[in-house]
Amino acid sequence: MSTHHHHHEDFLFKYIFSTDHKMISKQFLITGFLMGFIGMVMSTLFRLQLGWPGESFWLVDALMGSWAEDGVMAPDKYLSLVTMHGTIMVFFLLTAGLSGTFSNLLIPLQIGARDMASGFLNMLSYWFFFVSSVIMLISLGVEGGAASAGWTIYPPLSALPQAIPGSGLGMTLWLVSMAIFIVSSLLGSLNYIVTILNLRTKGMSMTRLPLTIWAFLLTAIIGVLSFPVLLSAALLLVFDRSFGTSFFLSDIYIGGQVLEHSGGSPILFEHLFWFLGHPEVYIVLLPALGITSEIISTMSRKPIFGYRAMIGSMLAIAFLSFIVWGHHMFVTGMNPFLGAVFTFTTLLIAIPSAVKVFNYLTTLWKGNIVYSPAALFSIGLVSTFISGGVTGLVLGDSALDINVHDTYFVVGHFHIVMGLSAIFGMFAGVYHWFPKLFGRMMNNKLGNVHFWITIVSAYGVFFPMHFLGLAGVPRRYYTNSNFPLFDNMVDINELVSTFAIIAAVGQLLFMFNFIYSALRGPKAPMNPWRANSLEWTAPVEHIHGNWYGDIPEVHRWAYDYSKVDESGEYIGGEDFIPQTVPLAENEHDGGGH
Amino acid sequence: MAIIITVVVLLLIVSGVQILKIAELRAISQGEKIYEVSEKEGKSQAILMLVFLVAFMGFFVWQIASWGGLLLPVSASEHGVGLDNLMNVTLFMIIPVFIITHILLFWFAFKYAYSSKRKAVYFAHSNKLELIWTVVPSLALTVLILYGLSNWNTIMKPINQEEEHVLIELVGQQFSWGARYAGEDGKLGRADVNYIEGVNFMGVDASDENSNDDVVVKGEFHIPVNVPVQFVMRSIDIIHSAYMPHFRAQMNCVPGLKTQFNFTPTITTKEMKEITQNDEFEYVLLCNKICGAAHYNMQMNIVVDSKEDYEKWLAEQKTFAE
Repeated sequence: MSTHHHHHEDFLFKYIFSTDHKMISKQFLITGFLMGFIGMVMSTLFRLQLGWPGESFWLVDALMGSWAEDGVMAPDKYLSLVTMHGTIMVFFLLTAGLSGTFSNLLIPLQIGARDMASGFLNMLSYWFFFVSSVIMLISLGVEGGAASAGWTIYPPLSALPQAIPGSGLGMTLWLVSMAIFIVSSLLGSLNYIVTILNLRTKGMSMTRLPLTIWAFLLTAIIGVLSFPVLLSAALLLVFDRSFGTSFFLSDIYIGGQVLEHSGGSPILFEHLFWFLGHPEVYIVLLPALGITSEIISTMSRKPIFGYRAMIGSMLAIAFLSFIVWGHHMFVTGMNPFLGAVFTFTTLLIAIPSAVKVFNYLTTLWKGNIVYSPAALFSIGLVSTFISGGVTGLVLGDSALDINVHDTYFVVGHFHIVMGLSAIFGMFAGVYHWFPKLFGRMMNNKLGNVHFWITIVSAYGVFFPMHFLGLAGVPRRYYTNSNFPLFDNMVDINELVSTFAIIAAVGQLLFMFNFIYSALRGPKAPMNPWRANSLEWTAPVEHIHGNWYGDIPEVHRWAYDYSKVDESGEYIGGEDFIPQTVPLAENEHDGGGH
Repeated sequence: MAIIITVVVLLLIVSGVQILKIAELRAISQGEKIYEVSEKEGKSQAILMLVFLVAFMGFFVWQIASWGGLLLPVSASEHGVGLDNLMNVTLFMIIPVFIITHILLFWFAFKYAYSSKRKAVYFAHSNKLELIWTVVPSLALTVLILYGLSNWNTIMKPINQEEEHVLIELVGQQFSWGARYAGEDGKLGRADVNYIEGVNFMGVDASDENSNDDVVVKGEFHIPVNVPVQFVMRSIDIIHSAYMPHFRAQMNCVPGLKTQFNFTPTITTKEMKEITQNDEFEYVLLCNKICGAAHYNMQMNIVVDSKEDYEKWLAEQKTFAE
C-alpha cells in the first residue's frame, strides 16, 4: 500500500510514469480524446464523400494526399477511413478512453481507497494503451493504407492483401495494436475488480456503492471474460495471414490463382469476434449508464430511483451480453434454430433496459434539476438510449433482420444507442468530474451550447439513417450513385453530411473549453455540485493517498438527496447528506430498503 | 488556404479566452460563483428542453412525411408480406414507446427545473412501479418474440423437393455475381474453385454429368413468378452477401460453405413497374457485405417473368456443355 505522506517526485515519475490513479486517469482521458478527435475527423472526411460523391474537397486533399487524387478519395481508402473510424471510436475512445478515465479516477475516490490495488499494473495498463494507440496511428501511413476490412475485420478480406491493399502491412499493425490494447484492457480490468472487491473503506458495503462503481465492476468483469477471445481470434488470424494456417480460410480463388488454404471457416472468426464484439457494446455502454445514474441523481437532488433494480438490471444486461452474439450473424448461414435462440436472448435485453429507462424517468420526476452541462448530457443519454434502444427490437428479431442487416438502419441504431449514449455519458462525466481531474471548473455556458449543438446535430446525422436502411441502402458503400434504386437518397445523404460537419465543428467548442478550463479555469471548491459520494470529501489538489489523515468512513448510501424528517425539514439542514455522515437515530439507510 | 485557416483559428481562440476572462471577472465583481447554475439559467435550459422535444418530434414527423415514400415498395415475395406485417407490428409497438418516453423525459426535464421554493421528493423505490415496468415490457416482448419466430421458421423452412421449384446457385466474386440454373435434371453439377479456368469463372466441374445442362449467366438472371426459388449461395474469394431488398431476402456467400435462402416471387418486373410507376424499375441483387474496393458496385439485375416468358428466356441461354 502506498502511504499518504508527500514524497518528492521528479517530473518523469509524476507526469509520465505515474502510478497515481488520478494522473493515469488524465493520461487515459487525453489520449482517448486525441484518438477520438482523429476518429471524428475521419468521419467528417467520409461524410464529405457520401454527401457529395466524387466532388473535390480541399480538406480531403490536405489530409489524405495521394490517397485522394484531386481531393476525391479512392474507394479502398474510403473503406480504410470507415474501418479506422470504427476501431478508434469503439476501442480507443469509448473503451479505453471512457473506462480508463473514469474507472481510474472514481474507483479509489468513491470506494475510499488510497489508490488502485496495484499502481504499477495500472501504469502498465496505460502505457500498453499508449503504445497500441501509437501503432494504430502509424498504420494510417503505411504502404497500402490502414486496415480496410471494416472494424469487424472479417477474413478472408482481412487476411488477403490481394483482396484489398489495406490488408497488407496496415492490417498487420492493426492486429499488433489490438493485441497490445487487449493486454492493456486486461491489466486495467483486473486491477479495477480487485480494487473494488478488496479496498472499500469501512462501512462501504456493496449495497452502499455508488452505481458508477457497480457499472465499472461489471464492465471490468465483462472485459476480462470477453477480450481474451478476441485476442485468440486475432492470433489465429495472424497465423492464417503469415504462417500459412487455415483456421478461417478455405476454397479461395483470388488474383488468378487458387490459394492453398483449405478446411477453415470464416464463420468461426465471426463467432470469436462477436463473442467479444457484443459484450463490447456493454463495455462501452455500462460505464456511461453508471456515470449518468450518479449525475441524474445528484443534479435532480433526488435519490436514484430503484437503486437495487438498477444493479439488478446491470447484472442482467452483463449476463445476457454473453449469450446474444449470434444476432450479428443471422444471415451468415448458421443453423436457423440457433438464430431463433439468439432472437429470444437478444430481445430479453429489452427488459432490464426498459427498467433502467423508467427508473431514470422516475428519478427526474418531482426532482429539482440543476442544469449543469453534465445534467444536460445525462438527459441526452436517456434520450439516445431510448431512441437507439427501441430499434434494437427490429434488429434483434432474426426475421426482420434479414432485410435490414448491414444497411444504414444498423448504422443508425448502433451509433445512437451505443455511440451517442456512451459519448454523452463520457461528456457528462468530464463536465461533472472536471474539478476532480484538474482542480478547476469548466465553463457552463460553453458546455450548454456544446450540448445543444451536439444533440441536435447527432440526431440530424443518425436519425435519417433509419430511413436509408428501410430503403435498402447498404452500409460501407463508397457511393450510392451506382444504383438507380438509390437515386432518391441524395438529399438525405446531403442532410446527414451537413449535420456531421456541424457536429464536428461543435466539438471544437468543447476542446476549447476543455483546454482553457484545465489551464485557466476558475479554481474548484471541494464539493461544487453538493454531492454525497466520497470523492467530494477529498482535497481538490491531487495528493498521493487521496485523503489527508484517515480515510473517511461510510455510514450510508450515496443517494440521500432532499431527505426530510417528519416535520418536512431537510435532515442536516441541507438537501444532501454525504456518505460520511452517520445515520441519525431511527433513520434508515436508503440503499438497504 | 492553410495559413488563412491557422490565423482565423488563432484569432478565435484568443477572442474566446478574452471573453471567458471577462465573464469570470464580471462574476467575481458581482460576488457570484461562475460555475454555479443560477435559477434563471436553469429555467432557460428547461425551456430549451421543451423546445427540443417539439423540434425532435416535428423532425420525426417531417422525415416520415418527406421520406416515407422513398422506402422499399410492397414486398415482391410471399414471405416478405408476412415480414412486412411483422415490421409494422413492431413499429406499432416501438414508435409509441419512443414518443411517450420522450414526452415524459423532456416534460419532466422542463417541469422540474431547479426552484429554490420547492423541495425534491425523496422517492427511492416502489416495488409496485418496478414490477409494472418489468412485467409490461416482458409481455410485449413475448408477443414480439413468438410472432417473430413464427415468421423466421416459415422463412427458413427448407423447400419441399417434391414440389415444383427452381434451383439457382448464386456465386459471388470480387466484384460481380453469377447465377447458375440446375437445368432439366434439377441438379447442379459439382463446382469447386480448383476448376476455375477462363470462362468457367464459377469453377463448374465439366466431368460431372449433372453439369452439362446447367445454365450459367452473368449481368442479369430471371426467375418465374409464383414458383418457389431455392437459392444456393457460394463465394469463390471472400464473404459477400446476396441482398435482394425487394424480396426481403438476404444471405451471406461464404467461401468454403454453401448457404441457402428460398423465396417465392409474387410480382413480375412488369407489374412492379406499374406499382412503382417507374418504367426504369428493376429488381436488383446487390452485395451487402464489405468485400473490397468496388463493393459499392457489385450488382446484378433480377427479372421476374411470367412462367412462360421465364421458360422461353431459359431455353435461349446456352447450357454449360454448349
